[in-house]
Amino acid sequence: MTTLSSRFSPITRRRFAAFKSNRRAWVSLWVFGVVFLLSLFAELIANDKPIIMQYDGQWYVPLLVDYPETEFDGFLPTRTDYLDPFVQQQIEENGWALWPLIPFSYQTLDMQMKRPSPAPPDGRHWLGTDDQGRDVLARVIYGFRLSVAFALVLTAGSLVMGVFVGGVQGYFGGKVDLVGQRITEIWSGLPVLFLLIILASFVQPGFWWLLGIMLLFSWLGLVDIVRAEFLRARNLEYVRAAKAMGLPSRLIMWRHVLPNAMVATLTFIPFLFTGAIGTLTALDFLGFGLPPGAPSLGELAAQGKNNLHAPWLGITAFMTLATMLSLLVFIGEGLRDAFDPRHVQQRPSPAKEPRHA
Amino acid sequence: MPEPLLRVDNLSVAFDGNPVVESLSLELHAGETLAIVGESGSGKSVSALGLVNLLPANAQVSGERRLNGTLLSSLSKAEWNGVRGNTVGVVFQEPMTSLNPLHRIGKQIGESLRLHQGLRGKEARARAKALLEQVKLPRSDELLDAWPHQLSGGQRQRVMIAMAIANNPSLLIADEPTTALDVTVQQDILSLLKELRDQHGMGLLLISHDLNLVRRHADRVCVMYQGQIQETGPVEQVFRQPQSGYTQSLLAAEPEGRPATVTAKSPLLTVQQLRVSFKRPKPGLFKRQPPAFEAVKATDLTIAPGETLGIVGESGSGKTTLASAIMRLVTSQGDITLGEAHLSKLSGDDLRRQRHRLQMVFQDPYGALSPRMPVFDIVSEGLRFHYPRLSDTEITQRVHQTLNEVDLPESCAARYPHEFSGGQRQRIAVARAIILEPELLVLDEPTSALDRTVQKQLVTLLRELQARRQLSYLFISHDLAVVRAMAHRIMVLKDGDVVEQGACLDVLASPQHPYTKALITAADLSELPR
Repeated sequence: MTTLSSRFSPITRRRFAAFKSNRRAWVSLWVFGVVFLLSLFAELIANDKPIIMQYDGQWYVPLLVDYPETEFDGFLPTRTDYLDPFVQQQIEENGWALWPLIPFSYQTLDMQMKRPSPAPPDGRHWLGTDDQGRDVLARVIYGFRLSVAFALVLTAGSLVMGVFVGGVQGYFGGKVDLVGQRITEIWSGLPVLFLLIILASFVQPGFWWLLGIMLLFSWLGLVDIVRAEFLRARNLEYVRAAKAMGLPSRLIMWRHVLPNAMVATLTFIPFLFTGAIGTLTALDFLGFGLPPGAPSLGELAAQGKNNLHAPWLGITAFMTLATMLSLLVFIGEGLRDAFDPRHVQQRPSPAKEPRHA
Repeated sequence: MPEPLLRVDNLSVAFDGNPVVESLSLELHAGETLAIVGESGSGKSVSALGLVNLLPANAQVSGERRLNGTLLSSLSKAEWNGVRGNTVGVVFQEPMTSLNPLHRIGKQIGESLRLHQGLRGKEARARAKALLEQVKLPRSDELLDAWPHQLSGGQRQRVMIAMAIANNPSLLIADEPTTALDVTVQQDILSLLKELRDQHGMGLLLISHDLNLVRRHADRVCVMYQGQIQETGPVEQVFRQPQSGYTQSLLAAEPEGRPATVTAKSPLLTVQQLRVSFKRPKPGLFKRQPPAFEAVKATDLTIAPGETLGIVGESGSGKTTLASAIMRLVTSQGDITLGEAHLSKLSGDDLRRQRHRLQMVFQDPYGALSPRMPVFDIVSEGLRFHYPRLSDTEITQRVHQTLNEVDLPESCAARYPHEFSGGQRQRIAVARAIILEPELLVLDEPTSALDRTVQKQLVTLLRELQARRQLSYLFISHDLAVVRAMAHRIMVLKDGDVVEQGACLDVLASPQHPYTKALITAADLSELPR
């Protein structure tokens, strides 16, 4: 079998080396990757239930299963509140529990608070609490995950739609292209924000609603890039060779044009990503975004604005957003430079081939 | 002997530590033409550019270079700018990209005059006009205000030469100055260079892969192979009695032999009144639509099984368009019949099902293979589509068999195109075409991007395939030596019109049309050993 390095063309290897040699982008990619990976396990890091526990010699997994309080010799057959001093005392006497690092989930109201909400950071709440007594750090962790997940799905969706529309326009060209371009131009003229505000007045927009509405418009930016790449590629000789071989258009587009058009598209992705996060945050900030209670960075920023006497709210929201977006922009910048032939150190020009125009 | 104009001792060039040129030594006297000859990748361009510090930053140049006695390697950056374009002029290969498309011709020439001689305004314009006259461009007044895209390739190369000699350089470096030009134009440009050399007493360093041109236009020649000089000496001596083995093989690399005779009489492909025209853009919204541009005018042709029809012509003559029309890749009018199938009447799926009967090999071996697919996928793709019932083992077997047939090892199926040389890639392209067992193979300049020695091998391979499979070829080329080795009959195309056709040897021996005559003179074919 071929080795990994020879599976990639030298240009791919050179781009990878160029990306790697850009320290800022490389470190950003690592930091972002690690933080995102950690946030995927948010339930294990910040939660109001123990991960695993032993009670009366029996094993319990509260993280996955809801046990009624009677299970732990309580009085009510309702879901156990593990932060309740009575339950905690029971567990301490009859067994043990492994708690997450932060014993609060994003919507846990801390009932044992001695200070009024919002409370400044201390040993119990590392980044303080918001105006409803919820742990800010827990909300940031869950909010980060939600933002990134939203951006990921939105980017993937836009990618599929944008590449499809741009590809069809570019590959067929002519009238298809002309009509397609006019339609996308008109479509891109629709006011997204107003549509969302109108929508918010008769449905309660959730994660998927927001995603759907934004997906209707976010692919427009990709169309031009993909279209240009396909326009260029459809006259390349290997595409003409595939046509001469009798392959149908869909196969030619999928196997021959798309892999080579993806390079330009790839550099656009990080910016699409930051755009998606920014939009979601802005909507949450204005109150047209995710439903109340959902862990969102925009809502945290809004709280910071409403509670100027509790600067830890605003500062946390700002720092989280600034760090996240900066990391993404650095990665995007590194990618773009790695794909830009002018930034990659020139090689000896391939020896001149005798050519005939 | 007087002190040479240019003396190079032990010049070495390396890119990131990989040596490309090693210990090159040469001398060039004023009024002399020294040619550096070699195949692609031999380091000839790199050494010439290394001489004048025009290589990218990751190149390391070492060795002693003296121009008129000044040591070039000791010059500062500012001093270099005084040398380049002033005492050294450079003409590049690609006239299409060497001129800035956003500046008028007069301004581009004027720029170097302003920098090195301080000429401005009217003075610069007058001098630029004189230069254009020197390089024998007609209507020099109008040309000063022309844009580069309004000029033909030959005219642009003349403008490049005018820019190179603008400051009366003592050394002119011409890096493949005629490679991108048509054969008839090549001769004019080289004669012009020679004339200018004598007029100005310059030394001319000519870099070329074309032995015929070198033989006719250089005084001394220096043969390079893999970054090293193989042989240096006066042209006649090197060509008559080559000393090194490499030079001998280079000289013997002219394609030779003739294709096997055709036995079949009934034609396989019949083309009648084939016409291709392209719409011209309207000059304005309310202007009348201009008449369409006729790329190929009504053409008839037939090819018998096992026969090769050569199509000869210069760039823009419509030969590639004709081939694309026969392949049904561009829309055309007229009748195309392959065997019993009326290709011109088919479309959609019916046409696709016929496509395996006629296949095409393209000119550029670097562009014709998708860079992201391994060779196995490239070769087997058409097979999978046209014969979906084949099992994986059958496909593997067929791919290996075909690779063997084009003299490639089976092991290369797992590799990617970038790992192969130009000649090997062209073999892969041939394998991709013949695995479908076509009856007609359209070859669009398949050899023009390859070195002479590789060309010869490919021509031999194509002739073997033809004899074995009774393939018909439509062979397009501008290179008469290759056409002679391949074609039974030839057709000469000029501006979309067939000006002459007939049996290959007859046409080459006694051309009737003046255009054919000019082509044959320019090609300078060596005697065919019978």
